[in-house]
Amino acid sequence: MTDADVVDTAVLTAWVRHFARLVAEHAEELTALDAAIGDADHGTNMDRGLTAVVAALDGEPPAGAAALLKRVGMTLVSTVGGASGPLYGTAFLRMATAAGDRPALDPAGFAAALRAGLDGVAARGRAEPGDKTLCDAYAPAVDALDEALAAGRPLGEALVAAHAAAERGRDATTPMTARKGRASYLGERSAGHQDPGATSLALMFQAAAAAVR
Amino acid sequence: MKKLVNDPATVVADALRGVAAAHPELRVDHGNRIVYRGDAPVAGKVGLVSGGGSGHEPLHAGFVGPGMLDAACAGEVFTSPVPDQIVAATTAVDGGAGVLHIVKNYTGDVLNFEMAAEIAAAETGVQVAAVVTDDDVAVQDSLYTAGRRGVGVTVLLEKIAGAAAEQGRGLDEVAEVARRVNGNGRSMGLALTSCTVPAAGRPTFQLADDEIEVGIGIHGEPGRHRRPMAPARELAAQLVEPVLADLDFTGGDGVICFLNGMGGTPLIELYLMFAEVRALLDAAGVRVARSLVGPYITSLEMAGCSLTLLRADDELIRLWDAPVRTPALRWGV
Repeated sequence: MTDADVVDTAVLTAWVRHFARLVAEHAEELTALDAAIGDADHGTNMDRGLTAVVAALDGEPPAGAAALLKRVGMTLVSTVGGASGPLYGTAFLRMATAAGDRPALDPAGFAAALRAGLDGVAARGRAEPGDKTLCDAYAPAVDALDEALAAGRPLGEALVAAHAAAERGRDATTPMTARKGRASYLGERSAGHQDPGATSLALMFQAAAAAVR
Repeated sequence: MKKLVNDPATVVADALRGVAAAHPELRVDHGNRIVYRGDAPVAGKVGLVSGGGSGHEPLHAGFVGPGMLDAACAGEVFTSPVPDQIVAATTAVDGGAGVLHIVKNYTGDVLNFEMAAEIAAAETGVQVAAVVTDDDVAVQDSLYTAGRRGVGVTVLLEKIAGAAAEQGRGLDEVAEVARRVNGNGRSMGLALTSCTVPAAGRPTFQLADDEIEVGIGIHGEPGRHRRPMAPARELAAQLVEPVLADLDFTGGDGVICFLNGMGGTPLIELYLMFAEVRALLDAAGVRVARSLVGPYITSLEMAGCSLTLLRADDELIRLWDAPVRTPALRWGV
């Protein structure tokens, strides 16, 4: 395979670093989306958390995939605050659990870890599809990833497909009426605005596709 | 943006240095951004821990002290504190009788306190109970929302539960009193202006000079609907009517009536509004047993106010009257 078919700590580190860069670049946009239907802090909070994550990854290298993912999750939980801290933190902590004691993941293992992250987020946030949350971008992304891998496509291509699906899911949140989080207080007035959490989640898959390519 | 800040990124840390300087009777953990009562942990007393985003001052740090909270965890502006802080506070105030978490019903606060309670149970063995406040009647359809928001009743609950804990009651009993306060309290707010989160640098939403936002929360999030500005007595009805429509406040031992300022409204206007609210309550047959007027749960510099009514009984009123010694509420001592 020409694509990286081993997701080791180097690939995971590149993924998370790229995610941090993308969030920093889009911080103002994320905060502006949040100002429309939330409380105007999503970009600021995610940027602060991922900056802390990058600093944590600059320290002693983690022993394996799970240790790295756990460090990312714990740092996010400790530094982001708001709802996004526990949600993104839970995603990475569940990925760590799914990774188990393997030093690196194969494509199916990485896909399974990402899905475990989605399940964790949905359970923690009690979110269902269509609630206008980050799950509305996350779920189609892991579905597309599984489908592409099942069709025999290499991981890099599969992640490009997952990223595209995440963006479609993100765009699909615009007409939705929020049923979870602060946006839900607006009722129907939340319709017509793209969900900030789904927007940052699409960046997470964009970063994954870039890191593996 | 014109604000008394050094750097938008250090607002919370800088403000906590001021809290420490002004209140030597409190102890401030600057690393964890926790404000403790000076003598915490109090042996044998249930510890009360609250916290939330900053920008609502005096909530919560202003309510730390004998008769109220043992610790308050400060998050970033309008952002909940993180589990590390809450775990540290929980461990530090446990005097052996367990700890009650007082959480406003916002997704971020609920998730962070939940994770903290799980971690505290697993790592420290401290017994933790939680009460979530959700008194805002502006959120009508709770089946399709994150549920009603926790607003003004949180202040009354922290005072009353604090008094119950100070009397030496057990964790279950303090939690029960707290839930009774939340279950019997209802609130409604309105905003005349938006507010500016320092890190964002511009107002969270735009309101025309002749418009107000009704059903506002405490984070600058837009409310339920906009309407034209009107005289105070008409606006008072906008607060009183939905509260009275949601719960029967007549009869019994009367209500505790709390008219709260959102941060940018002067006391002269709050007292004027309070007179209008009282007239409407009198006309509706609601007896006011106790009153509180002032900015206690604010939204930065937002102009506006909220009304909270608590259907009280003899016991809740006795607990309300019990001594309290905190920066923001202080009586009977």
